[in-house]
Amino acid sequence: MRSFVPVLTVVTGIFAVWYLAAIWLNAPWAYDKATRSGEVLTLQTLIADTWSQDKPKLPAPHQVGIEIWETTVEKNITSKRSLIYHSWITLSATLLGFALGTGLGIALAIGIVYNRTMDMSVMPWVIASQTIPILALAPMIIVVLNAVGISGLLPKAMISMYLSFFPVVVGMVKGLRSPDAMQLDQMRTWNASPAQTFWRLRLPSSMPYLFTSLKVAMAASLVGAIVGELPTGAVAGLGARLLAGSYFGQTIQIWSALLMAAALAAALVSLVGLIQRITLKRMGMA
Amino acid sequence: MNASVISANRLDLTFQTNDGPVHALKDVSLDVAKGDFVSFIGPSGCGKTTFLRCMADLEHPTGGQITINGVRPEEARKARAYGYVFQAAGLYPWRTIGGNIRLPLEIMGYSKEDQAARVARVLELVELSGFEKKYPWQLSGGMQQRASIARALAFDADILLMDEPFGALDEIVRDHLNEQLLELWKRTEKTIAFVTHSIPEAVYLSTKIVVMSPRPGRITDVIDSPLPPDRPLDIRDTPEFLEVAHRVREGLRAGHLDD
Repeated sequence: MRSFVPVLTVVTGIFAVWYLAAIWLNAPWAYDKATRSGEVLTLQTLIADTWSQDKPKLPAPHQVGIEIWETTVEKNITSKRSLIYHSWITLSATLLGFALGTGLGIALAIGIVYNRTMDMSVMPWVIASQTIPILALAPMIIVVLNAVGISGLLPKAMISMYLSFFPVVVGMVKGLRSPDAMQLDQMRTWNASPAQTFWRLRLPSSMPYLFTSLKVAMAASLVGAIVGELPTGAVAGLGARLLAGSYFGQTIQIWSALLMAAALAAALVSLVGLIQRITLKRMGMA
Repeated sequence: MNASVISANRLDLTFQTNDGPVHALKDVSLDVAKGDFVSFIGPSGCGKTTFLRCMADLEHPTGGQITINGVRPEEARKARAYGYVFQAAGLYPWRTIGGNIRLPLEIMGYSKEDQAARVARVLELVELSGFEKKYPWQLSGGMQQRASIARALAFDADILLMDEPFGALDEIVRDHLNEQLLELWKRTEKTIAFVTHSIPEAVYLSTKIVVMSPRPGRITDVIDSPLPPDRPLDIRDTPEFLEVAHRVREGLRAGHLDD
């Protein structure tokens, strides 16, 4: 709890800047309205107006807070207006994509470590795959998969996988190669098979690297799922809420979806961190 | 000839490096009888570790022959004829001391009961009984190295190859471990090949001392120790001991004069 005061200070600072920025950005519209209706704005009424507009340029924190409260606690979870419903849609794609990406990443890493041809040929492609902007690629993946009859959860998960396999490959190649020459020689003196060396030495040695990669992969996976929801016609999910919000100028809705996505990312990454701590502690590596 | 456990005949090994070939071993011939305690001593680069690695099939000679128990090193390795103790203990942090000693036994497919019995026996042998459930980081460096020796003993290989196992430990711990190692060697009657660069250690432990010199790595002297098998630590102050140590030192110096 030693970090409580510094964290609180930073949060207070952010809120202060946020409220001031809301006044500054929303003031022109407030003046506009006042001029048309012939009112004169005092500082007090100006501030009150900039913090309570329907479609502000920058909604004030309490407006976003109320919106989140209304769309989570006060809405039925099955409702299309429930943020929890949309979060679940995004979360399911994130988790599926994360699982697929982790699986693909580990499989490629094993291939690269054990197969010389793959070692020489795969890595450049893996790196090249990440230089293509995902925003350009996502609609094509959705369209192509839709053309072969795959729609719904899987195409979004594929985009998540596309982003999340990369840190896993890079981390796991490093991790599986982390045993030193002495440890590998030792296995050789016992005449251990490649499979025994893998399960008993290489895989346990790679765990710290794996978990570091998984944290990055989890965050990337969520970004992938949100991006994947943009070209699907804004049906459901946090990405759809962002898109629909921007169509209709619902800035409060956009911000509440953004904050929800951030909270989701924080929760998921902390969960990986927690599993990491428990696992590495039990393995005597923390 | 066939009675010797380790037999090298005109062994040659040249490494091809970017800076040209390096002659690591040249014309190395040696016979080690069953139950011998052989030390290899010499300055860095004299090929003593390389020679040990050739016995273990971790390096491949480019000329000459070497046999372990009468067969090629590769067959000996596959028959698990030797236990190898490295310079660092190399215990897995995610396994307990017991788990680490069990590791080669698991790999070699011993039954669960047999594993447990062997772990208990070798732990007793290196005086670490009661530490089976501890993790490596809970033990001192000397205890970790003893655990790694126990691991090399667990599968009953007749030969123990040791590559500067006590090199990273302080003098006091080293003395103690030397005493224990001699005790263990007498009890188990194993053949031990021991690489070191400490003259007192080599003289104290060995029945046979092999002095080597670098560029190219070769044997300059083989000394059969006149010391009795029972060796308390203070034998190191006797004239016989000092005489052997002197001869080793002479051998090392002669190797350097060739440069």
